[in-house]
Amino acid sequence: MNITTVVKQACSKFGNDRGRLIDILWEVQNNLGCIDEQAMNAIAAEVKVHRVEIEGVVSFYSFFSEKRKGKIIIRLCDDVIDINAGIEQVATVFSEELGIGIGQTSADGNFSLEYTACIGMSDQAPAALVNNVVITNITPASAKEITRTLKDTLDPSKLVTKVGDGNNAHTLVSAMVRNNIRKQGEVLLADGIPADAGLGNALKKTSPEVIQEIADSGLRGRGGAGFPTGEKFKLAQRTEADQRYVICNADEGEPGTFKDRVLLTERPSLIFEGMTIAAYAIGSTSGIMYLRAEYAYLRPFLESVLENRRQAGLLGKDICGKKGFCFDIRIQMGAGAYICGEESALISSCEGLRGEPKNRPPFPVERGYLSKPTIVNNVETFCCVARILDRGSNWFAGIGTKASRGTKLLSVCGDCARPGVYEVPYGLEVAELLDMVGAEDPAIVQVGGASGEMVGRSSFGRKICFSDVATGGAVMIFNSHRNVLAIVDHFLKFFADESCGYCTPCRVGIVFLRERMQKVMHGFAESADLDYLRDLSKTIMMTSRCGLGSSAPKAILNSMDQFPLVYSSHLREAKDGVQAGFNIQKALDESRRIAKRTSMIYDPVYGEKNE
Amino acid sequence: MSKTVVFKIDGVEIRGTSGQTIMEAADKAGIYIPRLCDVEGLDPQGSCRVCTVKVNGRTAASCTQPIADGIEVENETMEIRNFRRDLVRMLFHEGNHLCPCCEASGRCELQALAYRLGILQPDKYPYLQPVRPVDASHPDIMLDTNRCIRCGRCIRASRQLDHKNVFGYIGRGINKQVGVDGKDLAHTDVHIDDKAVALGTCPVGCIIQKRRGFFDAIGQRKFDLHPIGTKEKDS
Repeated sequence: MNITTVVKQACSKFGNDRGRLIDILWEVQNNLGCIDEQAMNAIAAEVKVHRVEIEGVVSFYSFFSEKRKGKIIIRLCDDVIDINAGIEQVATVFSEELGIGIGQTSADGNFSLEYTACIGMSDQAPAALVNNVVITNITPASAKEITRTLKDTLDPSKLVTKVGDGNNAHTLVSAMVRNNIRKQGEVLLADGIPADAGLGNALKKTSPEVIQEIADSGLRGRGGAGFPTGEKFKLAQRTEADQRYVICNADEGEPGTFKDRVLLTERPSLIFEGMTIAAYAIGSTSGIMYLRAEYAYLRPFLESVLENRRQAGLLGKDICGKKGFCFDIRIQMGAGAYICGEESALISSCEGLRGEPKNRPPFPVERGYLSKPTIVNNVETFCCVARILDRGSNWFAGIGTKASRGTKLLSVCGDCARPGVYEVPYGLEVAELLDMVGAEDPAIVQVGGASGEMVGRSSFGRKICFSDVATGGAVMIFNSHRNVLAIVDHFLKFFADESCGYCTPCRVGIVFLRERMQKVMHGFAESADLDYLRDLSKTIMMTSRCGLGSSAPKAILNSMDQFPLVYSSHLREAKDGVQAGFNIQKALDESRRIAKRTSMIYDPVYGEKNE
Repeated sequence: MSKTVVFKIDGVEIRGTSGQTIMEAADKAGIYIPRLCDVEGLDPQGSCRVCTVKVNGRTAASCTQPIADGIEVENETMEIRNFRRDLVRMLFHEGNHLCPCCEASGRCELQALAYRLGILQPDKYPYLQPVRPVDASHPDIMLDTNRCIRCGRCIRASRQLDHKNVFGYIGRGINKQVGVDGKDLAHTDVHIDDKAVALGTCPVGCIIQKRRGFFDAIGQRKFDLHPIGTKEKDS
């Protein structure tokens, strides 16, 4: 098919709607292997926007590419857990077997190899995406086998020889992913949750009564920010509008988090039920589930669940026979951008724009998706909503602590015997959790992912709840052999990669943080560099536009407070006014290169350099 | 419809009208808040963060933050000044800003703000020294994005004032740049009379008009005559 035909078909499939640009771009890329100059021009002509806007969107998302990539794209997950589990060794094997380096495409156009941010499989690391197929627990040996299979068949689905448990074995999923549910609590992972009992109860109440029930339960957002859910619903419901939107944030991108993956696999109906209740509560007829590109393998399954619900009268017109209550949900795919987990950036992405946060105020509950009042809630929050309407606010409020009601799903990964998903009541001590998961020599616990809080040994008595160590769900465990500075450096690399670049402090400041952090790591820093890091961290945290910038320096500050000795042991002291931080060898490298010879003083062998 | 809103900036009582941003109300009252991405006549963007103030103790961008009754705004405190100095420095270090040989020197808002904030030599951070191609394809206009500070004023001016779409953001993170709607500037519908490329739209020396360089003598340049923030309207 030629480019114009592909583009025309893709655009008309989504009504030449500029707001559906992400879907159009996916469609084009899936057919052409890239979105090149010509394709961008054609899309611009079809949806009647300027080409530079299309380029702006394509170049924003890491899963879109202007250059043609291989038929098979191997994306190796490079979060810190996967690195500790050996993804780099695996990468070497892939690289050797395919004859290409990271970021390259093979000459025959069959393979591309690259690193990608956390794909939500940290409990079965090292992991990778081969197109949409998830490969877990990769070893150097299995990497060899994987490449052989791929070369022979050019079919990633052939890599799934054994499917995982639960719905991972469903024909529409058939993934080798394992749920690793280690502890079932009574709210979300309990067996025998009655289907749509919450929705049934909700429809017997008035909208304000439903909102009151949720408010009374004390439910707070499970994504990390912890905004009271009932309050959010109330604000959206109160804003005058002819339409309101319900959006489910399934863009689980925080490194080390994978609990939403398990809910999407095992509780999809409960999620959609929660969204439907929310729609009834705020007065909405239209909902979106924003699903991260890394979870594309779940999409056919989720679509089938939606279809079943439509057939059963649980979505669509006059839901459950309730006259006039109409609501439906569409799935919006992401395209590889951590920032889209931020609610206003997620809305931008749903509108077909660059995934940049919006200015606040106005908040999404006043002016959100398409400028209409919008609630954006996490997957887990919607599940809780459905359960609260089923069992009542008193039941829910009776679990957990006074300020943190209910249970929390934790995704535990790293150095422990039993990584996986744990549903625990709020208020659990970090130490209790470590016992539960079989962590033998825990030294650092990173609660809440890269943007979360670093907890050292002396603080294992702290509690997991909103008022102490808050978390969206990630718990990464590092044993005493891990290098805290490398962990921090890795988080900084992640934030630098994922910053949208909108505001100065986040775009530029994080790059400077990482530069100085590397100086510390490599033993060239002096104590003034630590002051510099603190000072720069403060400016970034105080002046950034959204949560990404304001939480990016947390790992540095936390680690400096928790592990001051590690930092001080890496410092050099200045003597006789000589700058300790000056790296003479690094400085000489450039001179060597330009002069094409070595140094008479600093190199053992002086003379011409043959390169 | 609009009602009077009374609040304070650095202890001074200000009367604004509801719907105004802190920046707008301050401008009306003759109080200068430093800024780079915001300019009168264009929608505020809130990206450079130089106009950061504290509102009841919490930082916010004054160009996008609406005023409210009774708020206490901190503008010229040591803490805020230090943030602004850091942000202005970041913009210097991110690009290549060699004032002595830059055509915009003397009317450059980045340079002028640095002077106002007491930065004579930006040397706090490492220089990123980008190497980006210069787009000199257009007969009348030149684009040197090595000096771009991503303020987006050209983008908004083109859209909001010229009703075109000559410029747009591309890339993300540190690679976020201003791109043009075509292969290069010559392949866009930009015109020398567009507001997007008018003097004063680009606050730095990224958008340059050809054949009229260095037109004001040193001592007679815009900010030689009135340092930034000393007149009500600076840009």
